[in-house]
Amino acid sequence: MTFSPELEAKFAKMIGNYPPGRQKGALIPMLLYAQDEVGAVTEEVIEEVAKRLKLSRVEVEEVLGYYTMLTREPRGRYHIQICTNISCMLTGGEELFEHACRRLGIGNKGKTPDGQFSLEEVECLGACSWAPAMQVNYEFHYQMTPEKFDRLIESLRKLQ
Amino acid sequence: MKQTLLVPPHPLEKRVLTRRFEYPRTEPVWIDEYLQTGGYEAIRKAMSMEPEAIVEEVKKSALRGRGGAGFPTGMKWSFVDRRSPKPKYVVVNADEGEPGTCKDRILMGYDPHRLIEGVLIGARAIGACRGWIYIRGEYREYIEIMDRAIEQAYERGFLGSNVLGTGWEFHLSTHTGAGSYECGEETALLESLEGKRGNPRLKPPFPATSGAFQCPTILNNVETFCAVPDIILNGGEWYASLGTPRNGGTRLVCLSGHIERPGVYEVPLGMNLLTIINEIGGGVWKGRKLKAVIPGGSSSPVLKADECDIPADYDSLAKAGSMLGSGATVVLDETADMTKVLARLMKFYAHESCGWCIPCREGTTWLKKITARLEEGLGTERDLETIDNISQNMLGRTFCPLGDAAAMPAMALVRKFRDEILDRIRQAEAFAPAPGTQPLVVL
Amino acid sequence: MANMVTITINGRQITVPAGTLVIEAAKQAGIDIPAFCYYEGFSVQAACRMCLVEVEKMPKLQPSCALPAAEGMVIHTESPKVVEARKSMLEFLLTNHPLDCPVCDKGGECELQDMTFRYGLGESRFLEIKHHADEKQWSPLVFYDPARCILCYRCIRVCDEGLGVGALGLSYRGVSAEIIPNRGDHLECDECGWCIDVCPVGALTSGTYRYRSRPWEMNYVPAVCTHCSNGCKTTLSVRNGEIIRANNRDRSGINGEFLCVKGRFAFDFVHSGERLQTPLIRKDGRLEPASWSEALKAAAARVRASIERNGKAAVIGSTRTTNEENYYLQKFARQVLRTNNIDHHRSGDVITLLQALGGREGALATVQDLYTCDAALVVGADLSQQHPLLAVQLRANWRHHQSPVFVISAGPVREDQYAARSIRAEAGTEADRLEELRADLQARRNLVILYGPSMKGEAVRRLVAFGDSLGIPVKYVCLVDYANSRGALDMGLLPHLAPGYRPVEIPGMTLDAMLEAPDLDLVWVVGANPLEGGRRFVSRDAFMIVNELFLTETAQQADIVFPAMSLYEKNGTVTNVCGEVQRTKAGPKVMGTKSDLEILGLIAAQLGFDLGVPLPDRVFEEIRREVPGYNVPLALIATGGAAPTKPPAVPAEVDAQPELVRSSGDTLFTSGTLGKYSKKLGEVIEAPGRLYQVLVP
Repeated sequence: MTFSPELEAKFAKMIGNYPPGRQKGALIPMLLYAQDEVGAVTEEVIEEVAKRLKLSRVEVEEVLGYYTMLTREPRGRYHIQICTNISCMLTGGEELFEHACRRLGIGNKGKTPDGQFSLEEVECLGACSWAPAMQVNYEFHYQMTPEKFDRLIESLRKLQ
Repeated sequence: MKQTLLVPPHPLEKRVLTRRFEYPRTEPVWIDEYLQTGGYEAIRKAMSMEPEAIVEEVKKSALRGRGGAGFPTGMKWSFVDRRSPKPKYVVVNADEGEPGTCKDRILMGYDPHRLIEGVLIGARAIGACRGWIYIRGEYREYIEIMDRAIEQAYERGFLGSNVLGTGWEFHLSTHTGAGSYECGEETALLESLEGKRGNPRLKPPFPATSGAFQCPTILNNVETFCAVPDIILNGGEWYASLGTPRNGGTRLVCLSGHIERPGVYEVPLGMNLLTIINEIGGGVWKGRKLKAVIPGGSSSPVLKADECDIPADYDSLAKAGSMLGSGATVVLDETADMTKVLARLMKFYAHESCGWCIPCREGTTWLKKITARLEEGLGTERDLETIDNISQNMLGRTFCPLGDAAAMPAMALVRKFRDEILDRIRQAEAFAPAPGTQPLVVL
Repeated sequence: MANMVTITINGRQITVPAGTLVIEAAKQAGIDIPAFCYYEGFSVQAACRMCLVEVEKMPKLQPSCALPAAEGMVIHTESPKVVEARKSMLEFLLTNHPLDCPVCDKGGECELQDMTFRYGLGESRFLEIKHHADEKQWSPLVFYDPARCILCYRCIRVCDEGLGVGALGLSYRGVSAEIIPNRGDHLECDECGWCIDVCPVGALTSGTYRYRSRPWEMNYVPAVCTHCSNGCKTTLSVRNGEIIRANNRDRSGINGEFLCVKGRFAFDFVHSGERLQTPLIRKDGRLEPASWSEALKAAAARVRASIERNGKAAVIGSTRTTNEENYYLQKFARQVLRTNNIDHHRSGDVITLLQALGGREGALATVQDLYTCDAALVVGADLSQQHPLLAVQLRANWRHHQSPVFVISAGPVREDQYAARSIRAEAGTEADRLEELRADLQARRNLVILYGPSMKGEAVRRLVAFGDSLGIPVKYVCLVDYANSRGALDMGLLPHLAPGYRPVEIPGMTLDAMLEAPDLDLVWVVGANPLEGGRRFVSRDAFMIVNELFLTETAQQADIVFPAMSLYEKNGTVTNVCGEVQRTKAGPKVMGTKSDLEILGLIAAQLGFDLGVPLPDRVFEEIRREVPGYNVPLALIATGGAAPTKPPAVPAEVDAQPELVRSSGDTLFTSGTLGKYSKKLGEVIEAPGRLYQVLVP
């Protein structure tokens, strides 16, 4: 399997970032970037990454199950991660998450039937001073309120 | 369009690491501006110093690790055997994940070259040939900023096969995490850097002897490295004098929770905790009263309002039974539901336990389940003893500090807010088993 | 001598080499520190925290499995703090561990049960719902129940470090962490079951044993594996005459706890529905069941007739029968049938090796030597596939002592993973490449050379000459196929050599000559299948008696078939590939069968010959007396030890007949005739396996 030329170039450079013979270092970044492009860490991705880094499948799967950002199942086009950890919880993160569930009609780790949105309650995103915070894919949204959330969803829907 | 994460400067702040930040800046300080404002002067100076002298200067600065453990940085660097035939490495811990902490992103997001310069100085001090900045996966934005800054540094000869024309070869790259709090623990981070699960390693050997790829390594937090250029430029003594004895310099404090002006501020070490909250942070929000403060990230034991009148430095907070930790200061007002806080934190640790050792894997899960029950109002008084006891059984017995990080706040919360939690239990007494219930299972 | 340090454990002073782990030092002093994840010989995990001890001047309890002893350390393993910590670890473990002990295979021999019994709390405070994950089947032989798993990582380590297979990993995290197999939802590995064996709880269970028995219902019988030539001790768990499982948990024997798939699972041929359980006599061209007395009488009459008319007789012996049976068989041939026409399926050129060594002592390596030698050279063999114990020993030697392994083989082998050098050479040309390794080998203190069946005759002489020229002590292992292949040679199942390789006056026919001879009158085949693949004796009219377990191609052609016992059903001794003699004991019973020794004894008695009492211990006494090299210490044999035999001198003028050396080329998943009747061996996806083809991880 091949990836986009940009990603291939990135991978080529990435593998060189680790000492000779220790290219396994590139495993987690490769899986994450491949997932960003493919949508999930599919069987094909596992095999391809294992092949390129000269790893056994089990070495890839050990990592795949461990890191929460990696997923075998494709997420929504917009993956919404809402933090409910301490600082966000104190400032309305839980209410925001519940609102999101109702608004999207899905629960934690659910995906809307049209595949547009998926939702996840996550641990601290490191945006505590701008709580409650959430991420849509890699984009942060700070000081969220249910109203701001609704506006965001609307604008994302319009982008389709 | 992009939102600034900076807050208007406060007069009580002492801005060293954040000196190039100006409100309401949205873009990072890129290399030209960095150079115009004295950037990369420190590495030039460091290149003319003996490596031992660099370490000496850092020792004099009384700089302590800003990631949470507070270990003296200069001492850490001095453990690396420069004569080892193995390559030496520098690793930056930018896996910022301690709940309440959001300072490393600010440093990388607004002054990325400061971090690179700090890394270069550290690398010079131990004779390293390569470095990695391990950034948590959710911070893609900051990975891209650092990547661009690194590219600029390569273009200008600050990185590469001939750093500043001295013939010294040093390479630097970012490395993304992919969702794991445990990877903030230094040895788990190194495992992750090597492409493995974030299970911590046995210590000893410490990273200074066997770190990244089993080679001598220095590993420090972003903020720690960012403090280094000014220490080299202005001298360790100058930096030390900014703080209190043994607690040198300034630190970034992340104010969050029930506070009027949340944000990341730079203050001298040893500033009174109440001053930080009331003066810099504008006090408890909505005019309410202070109930408690989590002074150093979720792993630090909570302080009740009446315990907060203390200098915020490593030693004073340790004396108060808590920790300065990562500088995350979470403010809780009088309405805060401590049972809920307890349950949320325990859920976090159970989610993030790597599962390697029994007491952490099973202990955090057990604590999560009991506290969730307490939150639902299905607790008993006995549960509080159990929480306290489970926590004690974890304390100091887990493979890595994550077990302690869960146990310490749990113990502090059930001890300091016992009455409040008991009230919650009593309110729901109808659901509770009869007092003095015997254990369900007798083996 | 390493630096010695003196430490104090529970008030007792102990002197150990510096760096010894405290848990090991304690063990040496007879102080038991409980642990789950610590496993001798494998990497330290420090995960279970059961072995925490109190060390004076250290604020925290320390894991004794990861703590090197240092001078003056004062350690307490039973202080109140330690006892309390242990209790709490067990409490933690039991929070999510299902208490399904009544139906758990491990119940009664579970380390968690035992530890809870010894160190645990009396009550449980855990009121919450346990974490659960469903059980999974990874192969016909391996099942995994994550709910029971305590994550000690022993399975991962034995597979990866012990075998070099690395089929198991750890995935997910926290309370959901579990062991995963290498092919997503199933395993592709050696199927050796070592992971099941080391599992301290009932998380890994075996496809052959699960839910079949309680450990206290079975008798435990020390047997030697009947499959390959390595001579692993396998403890048969027998209930009502049936083998329920095989393992070696007590680590007795040369193999410790190691067994391959054949030793651990391929005992099921014993109870195969196809076992012969009554003698058969050919009547009107068909084999019909007959009583033992009828068959014995008929056989004796036919043998007597043959002797009387001076008919040409031929005897083909077995590579899986005991030394006593083989010895008795050659006696039967030479004294009753008065012929040297006796041979067996030869699979390694031992004779040339013994000739070349000229009777020098200490030149045959033992299985233990493979773990202690300073270097090893494997020539012309796929060791991991064909000689799994020897492969595990070499690997352990490399892991623990950094002793290098050198390989010259026809294709990729697993030893390449860690071999200091691997050379590829076509089978038969390996000896041409020896010189390339001279410098490397000369730098070692000593060496063991193992060679396979492609090395024979001149090649073996060159190999020994090369070994001699290195100027370091060299020991040899001639690799042979089956459980008593070596014993068959030593016991003189050879046309030209009597027991102990003593030349006979008039050599008899070789196996090949027997098949081709036009004038045979009587053929007796014991536990062998020379007619495999549709071959026939040229002497079609020869009367054929066959002792067999199954109606093999050879048995199908017989005139009388005696249902024989397998090695697991009888007492006796066998000699492994390294020439070590071990005792094996009868475990299961299969109705209607007799041992070959008994069958031969009964016939000899009917014919009026006194070949000695046909009881294993009596015959073994005679072997010890009569066979050079076999005067082994009885006490060692009787206590389950492996006694090395001395290599007898074989006169140089003896023809080693290297052309008769033909290995069956069995893999890990085949085992000649027995393998065909082992369902379990055939069921795994790896079967039948291939030599010189390494599992891709």
